[in-house]
Amino acid sequence: MAGQAEHVTKDELWGGNRSPFSVSYGKMMMWFFLVSDALTFGGLLTAYGVIRHGSSDLWPVGEQVFEALPGLHGSYPLMYVALMTFILIISSVTMVLAVEAGHRMDKKGVVKWLGLTIIGGFFFLASQAWEWSHFIHGSGGGFQINQPMTVAAADDAGNTYQITLDNGSWVHMTSDFGHKYEHAMEAAEEPVAHDEHGGHGEHAAAETHEDISTMVPEEIILNKYTLEHKDGKDLRKLVVKGEDAKKLWAAMEPGSMAFGANMHKNEYAIQQQYANFFFFVTGFHGFHVFSGVLINIIIWLMAVKGVFEKRGHYEMIEKIGLYWHFVDLVWVFVFTFFYLI
Amino acid sequence: MGIRIHILLPYLILLIIMERDDLIVNESYALNAKHDEAAGKQIRKKLYGVTVLLTVITIIEVFMGVAFKRNGTFTWEAIKLTFLVLTLVKAAYIVLIFMHLGDERKNLKYVVLLPYALFIMYLIFIGLYEGVSVQTGHNIFG
Repeated sequence: MAGQAEHVTKDELWGGNRSPFSVSYGKMMMWFFLVSDALTFGGLLTAYGVIRHGSSDLWPVGEQVFEALPGLHGSYPLMYVALMTFILIISSVTMVLAVEAGHRMDKKGVVKWLGLTIIGGFFFLASQAWEWSHFIHGSGGGFQINQPMTVAAADDAGNTYQITLDNGSWVHMTSDFGHKYEHAMEAAEEPVAHDEHGGHGEHAAAETHEDISTMVPEEIILNKYTLEHKDGKDLRKLVVKGEDAKKLWAAMEPGSMAFGANMHKNEYAIQQQYANFFFFVTGFHGFHVFSGVLINIIIWLMAVKGVFEKRGHYEMIEKIGLYWHFVDLVWVFVFTFFYLI
Repeated sequence: MGIRIHILLPYLILLIIMERDDLIVNESYALNAKHDEAAGKQIRKKLYGVTVLLTVITIIEVFMGVAFKRNGTFTWEAIKLTFLVLTLVKAAYIVLIFMHLGDERKNLKYVVLLPYALFIMYLIFIGLYEGVSVQTGHNIFG
């Protein structure tokens, strides 16, 4: 960036008439706000780290929990999150192109690129809505068994092993089974909660108990989401079928069924903090994206009306650009700490 | 009353690394800084390059997350470290190029970057050591 340079005295510079940073008040304050906002997110991710490392139970791994794509069956680990990351990066690029167009006083360019940024923001919000809905809805569900038990479990290659599970072990159903018996399983989650509220609770509990006792899953996976090993075998790859599946199903701890996730229960981990951190961290970030989109829309309308053309500069685009890039920056860290590691 | 040197440390670092560009009036920092089409073309070229780089890094991260098995061995620790480094590279490109902090004056640059750097180190320390201590507590006291 070319510009003429000329020396000024120190007194003149720090005397209060001009910014020693050579940026406008608004831009400097935007930077200061972003520094403080980064500390908020830093605090959240740190809290996540403390809880995770302090947890005595195994923690779910990202590529096992987030492996679905809309409208497709099968396993596509992390693809959807990667797509969301890509959308946000691209919207960051369109934003920086809008800033660049602003420096050339190119109104048409600013309107075009800022418009695309807004569309990218909507795409990201919609993706996050789908991800939340999938996370809440769950895939298969899981329950705890109420006695120690030895079962025959097979891996992909057809080898069968005898695996001894402890009391309170967490096992999972396949997503086909979960979706087939969705309503019965969701009802089975809450016998305890119903009792607390009294009234018709007893009836509901009895009814749902009957419901899930009549169905038996053909396959039960010995723990889908964590890296638990038993007798030297990775439980994620072992499936229990037939009589042993029935035995496991019959040993279900009443009320331990969790299908998907809510504020009290989740199928992904024994620790509820896992789901709560997912909701809070991605939710707080999503709220930032949402307000960013709103601000972008306001500034886009101002650009269309020619406010900045009249003002003689497009510095406002730079300021909202800083905020938008910051949102992208935070997502880069959330992606690493929540999904990858 | 002893002087606490470690409090002054960031300022000392700042003094050492700071070039005195604050004494120069440079119009490119100004509110109404403009550039022409030719300069714009060059800037856009740089931006597209960074876009490709960020995309490639994301693809590599996803590939590594899927391809390498988590089995608690040294390999996975190395992968984790690689993730952290790649994340910092991505973050650096976003902050320095997209937010063009790299083009700002040095004093603004370090006013922003030093708190970030210090707190990132502090938070990593708290996250890991506090967490491990909590777990040790669990193991000892139930």
